[in-house]
Amino acid sequence: MPQVMTAYDVPTGDVVYWRGDGWTRDVREAVAFDDATLAEAASTRDAVAQKVMDHYPIDVELKDGKPWPTRYREVVRASGPSVRLDLGKQAEL
Amino acid sequence: MARIEIKRKSLEEATAGVLEVEGALEIRLREDEPREWTFVPDDAELPAEGNVVVSLKRLADVAGDSRYGSVGVRIQAGEDVREIAPHLARIGIVELEFPKFRDGRNYSSAAILRQQLKYTGEIRAIGDVLADQLFYMIRVGIDCLALHPSVKEETARRALDRFAFVYQQSSDDRRPVWTLRNG
Amino acid sequence: MYQYDNFDQAILDARVEEFRDQVGRRLSGELTEEQFRPLRLMNGVYLQLHAYMLRIAIPYGTLNTKQVRMLGHVARTYDKGYGHFTTRQNIQFNWIRLQDTPDIIRDLSTVGLHSIQTSGNCIRNTTADQFAGATAEEVTDPRVWAEVLRQWSTFHPEYSFLPRKFKVAITAADNDRAAVQWHDVGIVIHKNEAGELGFRVLAGGGMGRTPIIGKVVREWLPQQHFLSYLEALMRVYNRYGRRDNIYKARIKILVHELGIEKFREEVEAEWQEVLKTFQDIDPREVERIAANFAPPPFETLADTDAGFDAALTADAEFAKWVKQNVSAHKAPGYAIATLSLKPIGGIPGDASADQLDAVADLADQFSFGEVRVTHEQNLVLPHVKKADLFVLWQELVKQELATSNAGLLSDIIACPGLDYCTLANARAIPVAQDIAKRFADIERQRDVGELKIKISGCINACGHHHAGHIGILGVDKRGEENFQITLGGSGAEDASLGKIIGPGFDYDGVINAVETIVETYRSIRNEGERFLDTYRRVSVQPFKDAVYGSN
Repeated sequence: MPQVMTAYDVPTGDVVYWRGDGWTRDVREAVAFDDATLAEAASTRDAVAQKVMDHYPIDVELKDGKPWPTRYREVVRASGPSVRLDLGKQAEL
Repeated sequence: MARIEIKRKSLEEATAGVLEVEGALEIRLREDEPREWTFVPDDAELPAEGNVVVSLKRLADVAGDSRYGSVGVRIQAGEDVREIAPHLARIGIVELEFPKFRDGRNYSSAAILRQQLKYTGEIRAIGDVLADQLFYMIRVGIDCLALHPSVKEETARRALDRFAFVYQQSSDDRRPVWTLRNG
Repeated sequence: MYQYDNFDQAILDARVEEFRDQVGRRLSGELTEEQFRPLRLMNGVYLQLHAYMLRIAIPYGTLNTKQVRMLGHVARTYDKGYGHFTTRQNIQFNWIRLQDTPDIIRDLSTVGLHSIQTSGNCIRNTTADQFAGATAEEVTDPRVWAEVLRQWSTFHPEYSFLPRKFKVAITAADNDRAAVQWHDVGIVIHKNEAGELGFRVLAGGGMGRTPIIGKVVREWLPQQHFLSYLEALMRVYNRYGRRDNIYKARIKILVHELGIEKFREEVEAEWQEVLKTFQDIDPREVERIAANFAPPPFETLADTDAGFDAALTADAEFAKWVKQNVSAHKAPGYAIATLSLKPIGGIPGDASADQLDAVADLADQFSFGEVRVTHEQNLVLPHVKKADLFVLWQELVKQELATSNAGLLSDIIACPGLDYCTLANARAIPVAQDIAKRFADIERQRDVGELKIKISGCINACGHHHAGHIGILGVDKRGEENFQITLGGSGAEDASLGKIIGPGFDYDGVINAVETIVETYRSIRNEGERFLDTYRRVSVQPFKDAVYGSN
């Protein structure tokens, strides 16, 4: 199953995903990979620089070629609270 | 009831006592001269003389040995500091180990040493000590602290000067605000 | 209520600067996340699913209206326009940016609010009876001693790095609205035969994965020894509480493993040592604090009011609200009004910035500027003239704060669950919403009567499911949400631990099961018998049979 790398942005706490050249708030813009090595290296570098924290890979499926999380918890992180559809990424992106 | 008097320099002097030792900051809030202490692990042979620090387990033997003028003891988190009571007169330093930030057992050890055993010698914090713990450690009676090498001197100075008032009695001579309010 | 003096303010201001310093070091990279985490936690800053979360202390659940408006300001300026009241009488904001936290803390400090010790392994914000100072049931105002505790525990140098978090609740009434038996330490203020006030001290209660009801450590502690005794109790816990396993580090495990007798002996022995050097709190300071909690200037009124009685007759909806959400006050002609934060289908405990402002205005107008927060995630106006209740109610209706469901089955406690919380395994808020919608008809709820449903989205039990008459625990079962039901818990003076009725349910299944349980109760109850009492009389079998049927 393909994966993407997710983390939190240090100053804002926002949920972010590795895009290949930096971090994006939108999981659909993330780089999907079968081998986490490259994304892991980039994440570690940015974690050492204290830009992001708590990074880990998540499973995704490709919808119209764009990654979307498979686990419900990660869907909530990528979208926002299911009880407030007017808030979070689901309302902003 | 009389408070325990503990020799503690004023905040200004304490701040002046911040000095650079081998890259890591050491803060000492005592007027007596620092002595060189050597920690001797349980599996190592004791030197013929000198200022040795030993484990609680070995303390009784060393304290009873007249070759050593004064001895030190290292208390690990979880050990009962009250066990050193019989040897108190012989003890020149108590080292309290803080294996990690969140392990707070030896804060109580320091409080017991100062408040109950009336120990007035040096208490030194060793292990993972950060600037943000200074306030707490000094209040319970620790008067010598070796800080993590990452701690900057300005940060430590700011931490020492932070709180002008406190809410509760501890091992230091600071009075809780309620005694100030009510004269 | 308690007003900060110059000493309190100086300590708080210093703390604001300390936290600004800490955040600055974090953002500059001087502190790693590993080093910063315990520091931010000691200031109530969590990292949740979507962002940082900031938990603000509401000591003993009491707020003045300046503070309520400040919470509205924080919601509007730094968050997304709302806050969430918690089961510990605190409020938390879900969309906070770390870089804003020093400014938020500074803003809060201007009205005596803070987030000190709302997280971390320290003595947390002390909770108290939300009706303190208003109910005739109490022997004294417990907030006086809660404030003594607040001060003593704030930046306590010896007890800020405990094995685990430490929660204290205090009440002075037999009718326990503070769930004292479910706390690390519970304190009940009572009178001895000589008429003196003293404390019954309980220890070792707690929920989480090992729910235990607290036990009495000392039946009678004279007032003058309040702090010395707690100093001793905390020292025993700090030294001997387990640190090898985070799940066994709460004081309940220490009390359980030692046994209450041995624990009591340890505390008593330590106390004898403490008494030799510890200067217990000066009665003058207690008096000074008590003066801060002097009753507001109640008017001398008849206990009945013609206009109020007429409104009760004229407006059936108002009458329902009064019956359910209004409680007796100690002063004649006054009443205590509970403002429901549980509109049918709403998010339990959430309040918008506009609602907070409205509550502040109403409290200024009708309740001597006082607002309370309950551990059941509602708000209270503690001192309302009966003559004003009808006007108040009309205003509350406009603000959607007048749902007549206090204590009814839609007055549900729910943790934030998987919609916000990193620890959660399952959703909790939607379950609460769907149960409330299933029973949307308040008449049906009124017929069912007192029924406390409490929902947690994981084993940590922030939703108090162990103490629910009906408790619901969300777990993860092979990647799917699964919900276990417990029956017979109570957080009140008759505290008890709920028992699991059988295998768990999927999302739709749990809503159906709750309805079946409620209908079973209606079919077997005696006249006037509460759900909890029916359960205690008949035990689990009839409910089990109804829910699982012939399977």
